[in-house]
Amino acid sequence: MSPVLKLIAQRIALGILLLFAVSVLIFAGTQILPGDVAQAILGQSATPESLANLREELGLNDPAWLRYMHWLGGILQGDLGTAMSSGQDIATSIGSRLWNTLFLAFWAAIVSIPLAIILGLLAVRYRNGWVDKLISGLALASTSFPEFFIGYVLVYFFAVKWQIFPGISTVYDGMPFGERMMAIALPATALTLVVLAHMMRMTRAAILNVMQSAYVETAELKGLSAFNVIRRHAFPNAIAPIINVVMLNLAYLIVGVVVVEVIFVYPGMGQYLVDHVTKRDVPVVQAVGLIFAAVYISLNIVADIGAIVANPRLRHPK
Amino acid sequence: MLDIRRIPIPALIGLLLTVLFVLAAVFAPWIAPYGNGEIVGDVWAPMSAAHLLGTDNLGRDLLSRMIYGARITLFIAVLATALSFSLGSILGFSAAVFGGWFDTLLSRLVDLLMSIPTLIMALVVLSVLPTNLVTLILVMGILDSTRVYRLSRAVAVDINVMDYVEAAKLRGEGSAWIIFREILPNALSPLISELGLRFIYAVLFLSTLSFLGLGVQPPDADWGGMVKENKDGIVFGIPAALIPAAAIAALAISVNLVADWILNRTTDLKGGRGNG
Repeated sequence: MSPVLKLIAQRIALGILLLFAVSVLIFAGTQILPGDVAQAILGQSATPESLANLREELGLNDPAWLRYMHWLGGILQGDLGTAMSSGQDIATSIGSRLWNTLFLAFWAAIVSIPLAIILGLLAVRYRNGWVDKLISGLALASTSFPEFFIGYVLVYFFAVKWQIFPGISTVYDGMPFGERMMAIALPATALTLVVLAHMMRMTRAAILNVMQSAYVETAELKGLSAFNVIRRHAFPNAIAPIINVVMLNLAYLIVGVVVVEVIFVYPGMGQYLVDHVTKRDVPVVQAVGLIFAAVYISLNIVADIGAIVANPRLRHPK
Repeated sequence: MLDIRRIPIPALIGLLLTVLFVLAAVFAPWIAPYGNGEIVGDVWAPMSAAHLLGTDNLGRDLLSRMIYGARITLFIAVLATALSFSLGSILGFSAAVFGGWFDTLLSRLVDLLMSIPTLIMALVVLSVLPTNLVTLILVMGILDSTRVYRLSRAVAVDINVMDYVEAAKLRGEGSAWIIFREILPNALSPLISELGLRFIYAVLFLSTLSFLGLGVQPPDADWGGMVKENKDGIVFGIPAALIPAAAIAALAISVNLVADWILNRTTDLKGGRGNG
């Protein structure tokens, strides 16, 4: 087996192992903590009989490891359990919501990644100029602004004052593509703004790091134009760190998505999770939490693999 | 020493705003024109001389609510940061000093906790824990201490191999002495600039949780909770929800500016080229 494939297989195996550990953590977080699940659901005024009944119904009388095996076994077969609050099958409720969330995150990523890389390159080209200063300023602002500030400012101006886009993103099955894009315009913009500045700044740092190496100086000395130096010499060597930056920020989109979906009342996974945390619906929270964690871990594995493929030194380990 | 004219303008603005927020929080009952829960006028009244920022969704004075909100926001964020810092740094230093299985166990546990987005893990845990201030501070502090742990462990590993630490070990000092008297003073400057960032993160995290309805519970409200209370007004063109959101942003930016300046100063002391 070639060393690259072996390395990639190792990363994937490690990722799967990590996912199992995370499933234990999520399960433990909701079961073994001092709070009693049955008590938390029914509240302080619950009678002892109803508590005992609910414990029985949730299988809380079994030992924790047995419940975990039962839960994990179900998930591996695609059975995420049933929601306590509505009695509906979780997998069915998640289906279209997961697709909605991925659709939103996909368009945010499509816009923000090329934009961030181009702006990052511009910042390096005009280093210490006004473009660069503007980008640093934006990066400071975006790490300081809460997501809902960006979201509601967008709603206030684009939906209420100028009435260009809808302020509430209603989507339904079989919605025409154009209308769907109109509906997600504001949430996708908010998500883009949340990750853009950070991604730009890290792209800039990655390229600047490469710009200090000897071969870039040689390229400059042999008379290449500044833009060609970046395009031919600096950028290819900065790809690995940039892939990392992009993936880390895509992973950050997951967190942003939770808040942005609540702002725009978008029927996705994030809103589903928050709703059911409020209802203390533990099976739903476990299932959705695990899915978010799985996406996050997969993106990190993709980042690792991207770095391996882009870097010849890692491809031929000594 | 510290000359006020040498402080760069951005840091000065940041410092001024931060102090202003802290003063508002500390002296809330004396500054606020109305009571925290007092209903004083119409729902969502516009800004006027009597109500400088207008009124909120129940007709309470928004300015007074903001001032009391500063108190809750800063109080929780400060306690959570203090917890994450003391827990993270003590465990991080201990891991570096003791090494072995203690280090491996803690480090793998931290890796595991950091492999899930903090917000998701907090939501999972908050779904079973009772919603009160103590749980909130504990959850925020413990989840955030993972980042402090990584930083302080990395810093302490470097310091632990220095000659003066070796000397202290040879003259028979205990682990507590090594951690608090040898490593802590030398690890302080990178940790202090991190302190600002962790505090901003705590403010943003608390606001997010409250905005989602899982943080501070009514009738008390921090700024994030106030955004939630007033968000329905946005659709009618009432910007009441934007004011607490802007306050969070302003606080975060000010602390950031101050932290940047401190970072520059501390690198300056070590021969860096940061100015000011």
